[in-house]
Amino acid sequence: MIHFAQAAFAAILAHGEADFPHEACGLLVGVDDPDGVRRIAVARGLANVREPAAKHHRFLIAPEDLLREEKRVRGEGREIVGFYHSHPDHPAVPSRYDLEHAWPFYSYVVVAVHAGRAVEALAWRLSDDRSRFDPEALVKGD
Amino acid sequence: MSVSILIPGALRGFIDGRAEVRVEATTAGEALAALTAEHASLRPHLFDDAGVLRSFVNVYVGDADIRTLAGMATPVPAGSEMMIVPSIAGGSPQPGLTHEEIGRYSRHLILPEVGMEGQQKLKDARVLLVGTGGLGAPLGMYLAAAGVGTLGLVDFDLVDASNLQRQIIHGTRDVGRPKIASARDRLADINPNVKIETFETRLTSANAMEILRDFDIVVDGTDNFPTRYLVNDACVLLGKPNVYGSIFRFEGQASVFGMPDGPCYRCLYPEPPPPGLVPSCAEGGVLGVLPGIVGTIQATETIKLILGGGSPLVGRLLLFDAWTMKFRELKLQKDPACALCGPNRTIDGLIDYEVFCGIGAETTAAAAPAAITATKLKQRIDAGQAVQLIDVREPHEAAIARIPGARLIPLGEVVARAGELDPSREAVLHCKGGTRSSKAIAALRDSGYTGPLVNLTGGIGAWSREVDSSVPTY
Repeated sequence: MIHFAQAAFAAILAHGEADFPHEACGLLVGVDDPDGVRRIAVARGLANVREPAAKHHRFLIAPEDLLREEKRVRGEGREIVGFYHSHPDHPAVPSRYDLEHAWPFYSYVVVAVHAGRAVEALAWRLSDDRSRFDPEALVKGD
Repeated sequence: MSVSILIPGALRGFIDGRAEVRVEATTAGEALAALTAEHASLRPHLFDDAGVLRSFVNVYVGDADIRTLAGMATPVPAGSEMMIVPSIAGGSPQPGLTHEEIGRYSRHLILPEVGMEGQQKLKDARVLLVGTGGLGAPLGMYLAAAGVGTLGLVDFDLVDASNLQRQIIHGTRDVGRPKIASARDRLADINPNVKIETFETRLTSANAMEILRDFDIVVDGTDNFPTRYLVNDACVLLGKPNVYGSIFRFEGQASVFGMPDGPCYRCLYPEPPPPGLVPSCAEGGVLGVLPGIVGTIQATETIKLILGGGSPLVGRLLLFDAWTMKFRELKLQKDPACALCGPNRTIDGLIDYEVFCGIGAETTAAAAPAAITATKLKQRIDAGQAVQLIDVREPHEAAIARIPGARLIPLGEVVARAGELDPSREAVLHCKGGTRSSKAIAALRDSGYTGPLVNLTGGIGAWSREVDSSVPTY
């Protein structure tokens, strides 16, 4: 289960709407509780560094951005536990391309943005054999 | 010296959940070797089978990516901090198939090996065709019909009447148009869903990387050695498959180069043949249907690479002889000593392929013979000058078209029959385009012939254009 602070959840929806019709992307900062709940305190938007012609259906986070954020988050005693990105005019379900580029451990949150409005956000985690994404229950609250 | 390596969350499962590991090392390579020696299950996530760092894994020393420094040899001073940074990417599905597309591709969709998923892969694919000639014609037409989403076309030539015998992408009304415009119209007619990107230029060392970069697969439909080596080298340097085909007279070849586990064209032919040894189709001729067969083999291989199924022509050279109607297959090994794709590669950028293939050097090495234009030759004949006109083409070519008064002595016989020439008078030699007559003059000189010899620039083709249009061009 993944638990979002209200502000963090609102931030990823707002980011998806702001960057429409391009894909928005960013990282999820939090901690894994001993009871198995992944608690997201902060969602931080990052630049989609894909070429302009591909941004409407692809995203890429620059490794130097991730390096900088990883060091900052470690300094705060938290960690990067996942990433989010938007699917402009597509459902909040990971694509084959998402699956081919996915890493274990991280939560992948996909925000469906239809005609500029964020309509849904779903969380996913790569299965152990990397063959598929399994849904992860998403709750929000403070 | 002690170095710390910061581990991202994705990889901690392989190192007992630790976020940081300290190792003794002086280079980045040593540090990663020490890390994976201690945690063997981590190794396949960082390195491929050949021991090369995976493309979606970045390693930083301090704030710098080791790929921008000395790679694995990048020094790591004592107390420095390394970090493994995963590449994070993804995206939404491409637009699915429309009802029109489902109807159009139905014979593909009911093949389990293609299906909706495969057809979507074809739609998402970006394929570059180098050349829209004999091989490019069937390639472009079948790939467009198959629903390859984006086709790039590179050509700089104009459609000539002599192309129509085999380049079926161009029609009679297209003669004189840029090939790329004619090809674009034909492909759009076959399948308006295909996005066509055109590059009306000669592919060169200066533009090849930029043009090839945005495509998934490159298909080589060129007819000359410099471009073939250029395409091969650029594909290997960019890590892109190169679907190769070549044709001559009745024989064709095809293979798939540039795959990570397969050979490249240089593994097969490290050096080009001496210039002039292998004639081009313009000089040697080609059966018109032959590029149709070889080009459709290339199209088939391209589609299989996109679908990711079947047995591709990787590590295999397919040889076809249309005259005997036989296919043969040679096994090709990746050459460990290959200067381009071997482990100790010495070629790390594109070179001047004209120089590499000895073109240019050839014309400066052999002193160019005296030459005359067709117009000047006509003036001399009209003025009553006693010119001996010698045609060094083959008899079957002379049957197509002749310059009146020319005596036929084929290139292969010209030295033996030099006695038929009068060395006290000037002899003007001609062929189809000027190359063979130039060789004939060099051969006569080497044999000790002393009379004046002059080459007709542009051969019988120039005669037809400049002097007498009743002589057909071929």
